[in-house]
Amino acid sequence: MSFLIRQTLIFAVPLMIVALAGVFAERSGIINLALEGIMIVGAFVGVLVVHMMQKNEIFVRIIENGVLQNWGQLQLFMLIAMLIAGVAGAVFSLLLAFASINLKADQTIGGTALNMMAPALVLFLVRIIARQNELRMFSGDAASWFMIKKTMLGFSKETSNFFVDTFLDKVYLTTYLCIILFVVLSVILYKTRFGLRLRACGENPQAADSLGINVYRMRYAGVTISGALAGIGGFVYALTTANCMANGDVAGFGFLALAVMIFGNWKPLNIACAALLFGLFKCIAAASSTLDINGDGVFMLLEISKDPTWGKVLNANFYRLLPYLISLLVLAFTSKKSRAPKAEGIPYDKGSR
Amino acid sequence: MKDWGYNIGSSFSRVGGGLRSFLSKEGTRSVLATVISILAGLIAGAVLMLIVGLSSENLGGKSAWEGIRIIFGGLFSTGRDAEGALSFGFNSVNMGDMLFRATPLILCGLSVAVAFKTGLFNIGASGQYLAGTTATLFIALSIPQTAMPTWIIWLLAFMGGMLAGALWGAIPGMLKAFLNINEVLACIMTNWIAATLTTWVFDMSNLKNVTEGTKSAYIYKTSFNGVQTPKMGLDKLFPDSQVNGGIIIAIVIAVIVYIVLTKTTFGFELRACGANRHAAHYAGMKDRRNIVLSMAFAGALAGAAASLYWLSGNTEFYWTGAYQSLPSEGFNGIAVALLGASNPIATIFTGIFMSTLSISGLQLRNLTAFNEYITDVIIAVIVYLSAFSLLIKSLLGGKHRRIRVVDTPPPAEAVVNDSGSKPTEATTGKGDEE
Repeated sequence: MSFLIRQTLIFAVPLMIVALAGVFAERSGIINLALEGIMIVGAFVGVLVVHMMQKNEIFVRIIENGVLQNWGQLQLFMLIAMLIAGVAGAVFSLLLAFASINLKADQTIGGTALNMMAPALVLFLVRIIARQNELRMFSGDAASWFMIKKTMLGFSKETSNFFVDTFLDKVYLTTYLCIILFVVLSVILYKTRFGLRLRACGENPQAADSLGINVYRMRYAGVTISGALAGIGGFVYALTTANCMANGDVAGFGFLALAVMIFGNWKPLNIACAALLFGLFKCIAAASSTLDINGDGVFMLLEISKDPTWGKVLNANFYRLLPYLISLLVLAFTSKKSRAPKAEGIPYDKGSR
Repeated sequence: MKDWGYNIGSSFSRVGGGLRSFLSKEGTRSVLATVISILAGLIAGAVLMLIVGLSSENLGGKSAWEGIRIIFGGLFSTGRDAEGALSFGFNSVNMGDMLFRATPLILCGLSVAVAFKTGLFNIGASGQYLAGTTATLFIALSIPQTAMPTWIIWLLAFMGGMLAGALWGAIPGMLKAFLNINEVLACIMTNWIAATLTTWVFDMSNLKNVTEGTKSAYIYKTSFNGVQTPKMGLDKLFPDSQVNGGIIIAIVIAVIVYIVLTKTTFGFELRACGANRHAAHYAGMKDRRNIVLSMAFAGALAGAAASLYWLSGNTEFYWTGAYQSLPSEGFNGIAVALLGASNPIATIFTGIFMSTLSISGLQLRNLTAFNEYITDVIIAVIVYLSAFSLLIKSLLGGKHRRIRVVDTPPPAEAVVNDSGSKPTEATTGKGDEE
């Protein structure tokens, strides 16, 4: 059970933070279809930063003195990489902002262009840097360095209870940081003047403009925050679920985050719940053959998939299908109730009536 | 997401003299905007290579210059001569492979273009392509050669691929028409569903290649069952290449799509729905039915793309990894359609351009330290520029114009005006731009 909850959190956090990225863009009136592409860029830049730090032997002294004693410093380096990934995502998203705000281009095509550009650009550079199709964080240990274990936090190896096992052992700092970020940004969106103005630009930009709000600037802010969050989400994805490597692909997480956003009806609390649900599905899909839910040493889902009758349906392929199928069904059943920001997708023109 | 119908095709009614009126023609400006997008994309790719080349110690300016030359002239690359310098000339293998690769690109471009005409963004061509792949390979490989002549199997497989694509395309169409779900999101989800289903279906099938030990992750080539697209003499023209009659079929289909869209009631209804769904509805057209049919039509074209690609008999399908990534043809189809301004005939040429680019990419990988992904960057830049092609067009026109849809057929205009409603931008007639 601890394993399931831990893994679900790991899958849910990037979805959650990227879905919030979508909210910031759409609430300001810009459809950000480029989330997937921005995640890819964020993942690449984050991995590249760690790669270069390792190559230039910045970590060496820390490793020599023992990972266990100096895990705090390692976490600091990881935070730097995450921040840079966020900045990269924000810069990349400016392409979308420029096209859709200044040039009033079609936002869907602009987003698609970014989605095509990101993997191409990343793979082009990865192939030149690493001479293969994936860039790793230089040495294979990175994942375990950045993982927090209970012994680091002062628990003995023998300590074993539900809380420690689930939330303090083999976890990543990014999980908790992203949750805090999610809460803080949600509060900003709903409880501050800035948030209100941003949302106004997505509902009725003309009215917002007549009250002296600079719609273009607010939309730039929305898209930039969105890009930064998606970049961070991409780095978190690379660090926690993609074996610390960048290969120009985030396995459709960006698109799934869009579905989470719509499922969550553009509201943070609903999005958090939706992300947990989708995280659970993704977790089952990824770990269906090694998932031991009740801790009795039996991999239940694996056993089911071996069953001659049930196994035809309930196998790894089915679990892979599940998140997308459910997204589609959810879209179908909630479409009548879903309430998208009114002005999303419509370029703001000061002169129009 | 309202006006997808800016696919300006033909307004050659006026005969003007001089550069100014030449430039002010819609057709000219469309073509010029396309050329500018292409050039800007190529230049962006060249600049990127120059930056990467100059900043990397093992590449340097010389190899960047070689890369740039291949980007522009990769189709005519003939490798390296004795001194190791790049040589250029007629290369029948490149030429034939280019035509082979153009086949699915043209058809996927048509798929996206047909949807554009109805005001829909078919980002699901990849999924429809996969549906076509699955059906085609299944039919082509599971009917034994002894049961019927192979050309009938070929025909059945081709039809099956188109039908599967059409059905897969109809799903987002129905979600859009009846539940008003954004077709972009529905297409994205159906894409990934198609990807997992494809792996699943082949996982259960007995079409996995078991005769060659190293190819266990692949499905048999259709030629294993003797099913193959006829070469139609093209192999004589371009010896040693992969070319086959598929390219001719693709061009014929493009012409048919052009005729259907411009000369038939069905095509007219599709375009009317794209120009103004509500006006079309008011005029008595079944707008919902048309949306579903348009997506099915688009899906059939993407399915045909897959059929022709796999029925060539010299390509193998990598089924084990199908669930991890979507085929790039579908996304490149968006670029093909945008560049061709959704005109089916123009799609032939933009498809050929795109496949030329991909041949350049291959040459780049084989001959230099760069790799083929730069061509994807170029395509992405072109799509990015296409997003504001209207701006480029209005800049070309010299004076500021209102952005309008010109290609709307006159009858819809008449209907809208008759009904007494306010004429929309899309229907304010053709000649008022002067």
